[in-house]
Amino acid sequence: MRFFLLFFMCLLFCYPAGCFGESPEEKGLDIALEADLRDAGFMDFTADMLMVLRNKHGRESKREIRIRTFEVENDGDKSLLIFDTPRDVKGTAFLSFSHKVGDDDQWLYLPALKRVKRISSRNKSGSFMGSEFAYEDIASLEVEKYTYTFLREETYEGRDCFVNGSYPVDLKNSGYTRLVSWRDKDEYRLWKVEYYDRKNTHLKTLTFKDYEQYLGKYWRAADMEMVNHQNGKSTKLLWTNYQFKTGLTDRNFDKNSLKRAK
Amino acid sequence: MRKKIPQSHLLFFLFCSIILMPEIPAAAEFTSDVSVEGRGFFHSPVYPEQRRNNGSLAVNAEFYHEFSSGSSFIVTPFFRLDSADDKRTHADVREANFLYLAESWEMRVGIGKVFWGATEFVHLVDIINQTDLVEALDGEEKLGQPMIHLSIPRDWGTVDGFILPWFRERTYAGKKGRLRFAVPVDTDKAKYESGSEENHLDFALRYSHTLRDMDVGLYHFLGTSRDPVLIPEQNGSGRIILIPYYEQIGQTGLDLQFVAGNWLWKGEAFYRSGMGRSFAATTFGFEYTIVGIAETAMDLGLISEYVFDDRDVGRSPIVYDHDVMLGLRLAVNDADSTELLLGLIRDLKMSSKIITLEASRRMGENVKVNLEGSFFVDISKKDPSYGLAEDDFVKLEVTYYF
Repeated sequence: MRFFLLFFMCLLFCYPAGCFGESPEEKGLDIALEADLRDAGFMDFTADMLMVLRNKHGRESKREIRIRTFEVENDGDKSLLIFDTPRDVKGTAFLSFSHKVGDDDQWLYLPALKRVKRISSRNKSGSFMGSEFAYEDIASLEVEKYTYTFLREETYEGRDCFVNGSYPVDLKNSGYTRLVSWRDKDEYRLWKVEYYDRKNTHLKTLTFKDYEQYLGKYWRAADMEMVNHQNGKSTKLLWTNYQFKTGLTDRNFDKNSLKRAK
Repeated sequence: MRKKIPQSHLLFFLFCSIILMPEIPAAAEFTSDVSVEGRGFFHSPVYPEQRRNNGSLAVNAEFYHEFSSGSSFIVTPFFRLDSADDKRTHADVREANFLYLAESWEMRVGIGKVFWGATEFVHLVDIINQTDLVEALDGEEKLGQPMIHLSIPRDWGTVDGFILPWFRERTYAGKKGRLRFAVPVDTDKAKYESGSEENHLDFALRYSHTLRDMDVGLYHFLGTSRDPVLIPEQNGSGRIILIPYYEQIGQTGLDLQFVAGNWLWKGEAFYRSGMGRSFAATTFGFEYTIVGIAETAMDLGLISEYVFDDRDVGRSPIVYDHDVMLGLRLAVNDADSTELLLGLIRDLKMSSKIITLEASRRMGENVKVNLEGSFFVDISKKDPSYGLAEDDFVKLEVTYYF
């Protein structure tokens, strides 16, 4: 019996990729990679987003945004955001090429001047359109932008979840020291993300609701809400009209496309 | 009467646009906005015919239709009514064009608007559209330009070709208006170097490309200068007036935007040859953004630019020949998109300084309020902007979007 136990322990320590032998860092990365893999191959999608900003007195302000995203092989996604409301920014468009390594490329199109402006992507922690979402929260979540540590397994709202810690690689420009995310074990969908600011205090919580599956593979939440615990404000994103594999090409994401955006 | 685009030409473009349309738009999108503006001046006018203050009403409308092919049709008329200056009361078709979108190229036919450039204060290389100077002194308001514009995007860059069949004259404040030159410009007497006057066919070819951190554009323009030489002349009643004279020029221009972390470097330059001696001009600078100042959501942008223009100032005086500009841009990042922009333009040859302030915020979902001020400090008598010396003003504009 003792021999058997010894043999078993040897097996445990020698078997490199076995789940028992995984370090929390390896397991954390594996979860992120698996989630990324499950969402890969969507090619492109378009969707409409209603952004509802709410201040601590309950006053609401709305923005309607159309989104087009294009999957790039071996690099981050390309995205084009076109604003429909508020009316004074109608036609303003935001083009972003995210990269797995290094800064993203971003341009802003100002329709009144017909001007395409390069903007600095180091404003990661800056507020997106006055909302509680920072640029880094809406950017495409490339695995390479964080390091990971698996924290624990936990039941969240009746689902068995992995609780994973993510740490921004670009610590200097990120507004966060860490993120803690809850993903269900069945489908690797995100249900909750907690954001910890530079002083490592809990700043915001993002929750996901009403997931729907598209093309039998891609899960998207129709309702996302970011609550800022420090200023009492919140921002809701309500997604409709998701369409995948619409046949978008690189040309829908060049600078001419910004000027055509309406 | 000011010379306008002959109506037959406009009709021809509209006709072309309509026959090129694959279908008649069934449900064109219509949007519009109306703005009311009041400008108050701190000092009495220097010239007796000028009115002190003015009120103004402007309307922008837009009809837009996109076909399922991605091709589209747009018409955007503009109209302003001004209480003081009959030259500021004007109408324009900012855009009226058809965009044909093919797989590997696109073509825009009709009246269009194109912006080239990178810097914030002075727009040197922007040449396709004429400046609607009565609208704003910053040169950012433009008149619609008739054009055939072919754009070919490739992996190695984008090539844009322009045929510009009709020329638009620059607008200037009239006798009664403020923010004008000491000697008024008589736009009715405009002269041209070319015998075909405003019918001269102008061309432009531009190459632009994005190289990861850098956006670069290089162009050559051949045709009527958008920038007239102002020639003093005595009019019938013996008064001195300025007459715009539009030369034929060749201009090569370059614009650059380069991003390095929080720094944005911007530069523009051109080389122009025409009737007088050939000359070059350049403007360049940076914008540095501090994200989240004082642990708030506010961003602060620091802008610094320099402009140098080597033209023969004896022949064509200009305001920005050797100037430095400093700017502070505060984005509050609140739900109402509150923004503040403070600018200082300092002439390095003379004592002249211009201080500008712009503030804007949204009120509710459909109203935008803009507050603007310009202050002209220590304007030298030799400065071409001397006519502005007593024109310090504050402008309040409220725009309602339908």
